[in-house]
Amino acid sequence: MSIEVRNIHKRFGNFTALNDISLNFESGQLVALLGPSGCGKTTLLRIIAGLEQADSGIVTLEGEDASISSVRERQVGFVFQHYALFKHMTVFDNVAFGMRMKPRAQRPSKQEIKDKVHELLNLVQLDWLADRYPSQLSGGQRQRIALARALAVEPRVLLLDEPFGALDAKVRKELRRWLRKLHDELHITSIFVTHDQEEALEVADNVVLMDHGRVEQVGTPEEVYNHPATPFVYSFLGSVNLFHGRVEEEGLRVGADAVPHTQDNFTEGSEVFAFVRPHELQIVTDTGYTQGVAAKVVRVLSFGVSARVELDGLDRDKDQHFEVELTQAQVAGLALTPGQHVRLVPSRLKLFDRPGYVSADAVSNPASV
Amino acid sequence: MSHYSHKTTRFERNLATREAPWVKWTLLTLSLSFFVLFLILPLVSVFFEALRKGWEVYLLSITEETALAAIKLTVLIAIISVPLNLVFGVAAAWLIAKHDFRGKQLLTTFIDLPFSVSPVIVGLMYMLVFGANGWFGSWLVEHDLKVIFAVPGIVLATIFVTFPFVARELIPLMQAQGRDEEEAAVVLGANGWQTLWYVTLPNVKWGLLYGVILSNARAMGEFGAVSVVSGKIRGQTNTMPLHVEILYNEYNFAAAFAVASLLALLALVTLVIKTRVEHRASSHFNASHMVPADINTLSPRVVP
Repeated sequence: MSIEVRNIHKRFGNFTALNDISLNFESGQLVALLGPSGCGKTTLLRIIAGLEQADSGIVTLEGEDASISSVRERQVGFVFQHYALFKHMTVFDNVAFGMRMKPRAQRPSKQEIKDKVHELLNLVQLDWLADRYPSQLSGGQRQRIALARALAVEPRVLLLDEPFGALDAKVRKELRRWLRKLHDELHITSIFVTHDQEEALEVADNVVLMDHGRVEQVGTPEEVYNHPATPFVYSFLGSVNLFHGRVEEEGLRVGADAVPHTQDNFTEGSEVFAFVRPHELQIVTDTGYTQGVAAKVVRVLSFGVSARVELDGLDRDKDQHFEVELTQAQVAGLALTPGQHVRLVPSRLKLFDRPGYVSADAVSNPASV
Repeated sequence: MSHYSHKTTRFERNLATREAPWVKWTLLTLSLSFFVLFLILPLVSVFFEALRKGWEVYLLSITEETALAAIKLTVLIAIISVPLNLVFGVAAAWLIAKHDFRGKQLLTTFIDLPFSVSPVIVGLMYMLVFGANGWFGSWLVEHDLKVIFAVPGIVLATIFVTFPFVARELIPLMQAQGRDEEEAAVVLGANGWQTLWYVTLPNVKWGLLYGVILSNARAMGEFGAVSVVSGKIRGQTNTMPLHVEILYNEYNFAAAFAVASLLALLALVTLVIKTRVEHRASSHFNASHMVPADINTLSPRVVP
């Protein structure tokens, strides 16, 4: 089922949780709402479910305005971060709950309920736990039961609020893959909320990046990772090195240093943020080299598949830190020692405007404005 | 507090956390002597005085006509007011703990009102409203309805005084449990009643029982408010606490203490039930929060 939200606004007191959100979720897709905590992603999910009321704006489910229908009528499956299993009921009763609550006319027979529960428990591969209580299950098992319970009412859409947030790293990873597999089998339109960019990129068909109650970018994992639309998206999806600089004729001016760049849609003199991923920086040890940003080696971490080099900027006032990712062979070849002065040369540089920035020149020389 | 005993012992055995012996013994002596002097001794003396003139007098005092009437009335009052308070208490607690609305703070304050108002004032309040010279007095007389100096007045006063017990017991418990399970139930299609009946109430059943027990104990033992509105008509509007007072004022000590011993017994029974409920509730609570450490090794299958 397709879901559309249009011009959603939501405030909690003075805090704006959602600021004019409009999104379209296509039928059968698995979409991640990704953003830091407090960005409004959970609020948006709860508004779609009907657990929260938007101040303005509408939610349409399959073209129908859902604002008037109650939570019960929306037929959504909701999986809570902390499972919200009924503590006093067995796993079986938990999964059967939704079917048993139906009006008598629509309620399946006892046998039908029993069959359906076992079918669902088999689907989440926990049929052998039917008689246990939630307190007797591990976190991963509880979350799978919660999912089975949500699926029992044959929801038109599945909403998952940080479904793996309370689990440890290893279980998270297993469940993540399992959720993807389950979605490929069921093809039910699903939206899940997460603050873990790896989780979102790995599992979802489409990712919605949110920050401060706004949508920053929507796209496939490849699109948002390779072509981030805003500085926020760039820095949120993985580690970054950030330079503040000014576009000049020969390249990007960063403090006293000059860095070559290839983006030509910036006018000369504009102040920019320049982002570089750790693996897009090269370290040049040649002291005669004048290109790139000067830095000092702090630490070399050479374990794992790739090695990481941590560096500090030479400008003491700015307190800048850089991180470079290299292959083990490259690190061995460079033979870096802590304290060594080197130059960092980006192979790829992503520039963004610095809105509202008043350059130092403009302040010292107002006539030029 | 027996369920904490193993922890206390371990705590106490630990040299680093153990108090000096004199501190321990001083505290123990102080609390025990206070306990004996102000609680045990008076309680024992009630039974001692009640049985001073022998079993026959004792039995006669509690089976005598007016005494029986007082016992019956007290039980009747409890039977009416406790279920009503159960319903009011659950409704108020559910509203306050699980919903947000304007004036919630005000309602919470009102629920505490009976705790802060002296019971005698409560009685007087009802006199002013329902008494012969009160607001509804003439209307009630016209329709031949008796509230003051009759059972309805006693019931009203008792309900007022015992109102907070169930709600006060449930509100913190419900708030601590949050709204997750209720939200889950609603999303799964349960309506308000179903959510209350199948999800909320089972989660608070021990707290609810505890509140009912306390409410009942207070309903049967209430003196101040009831003494104002009852009129103390022997055999008609006399509850057990009032009956005890009358007998005492008539220097009929053996009978007074005999009836008083029944109330004391009720208190003891309440105490025993309350302790058991608390114990059950806490073991229930612990069980629901305990996850066996080896739970993952129990699972024969791995998620693909």
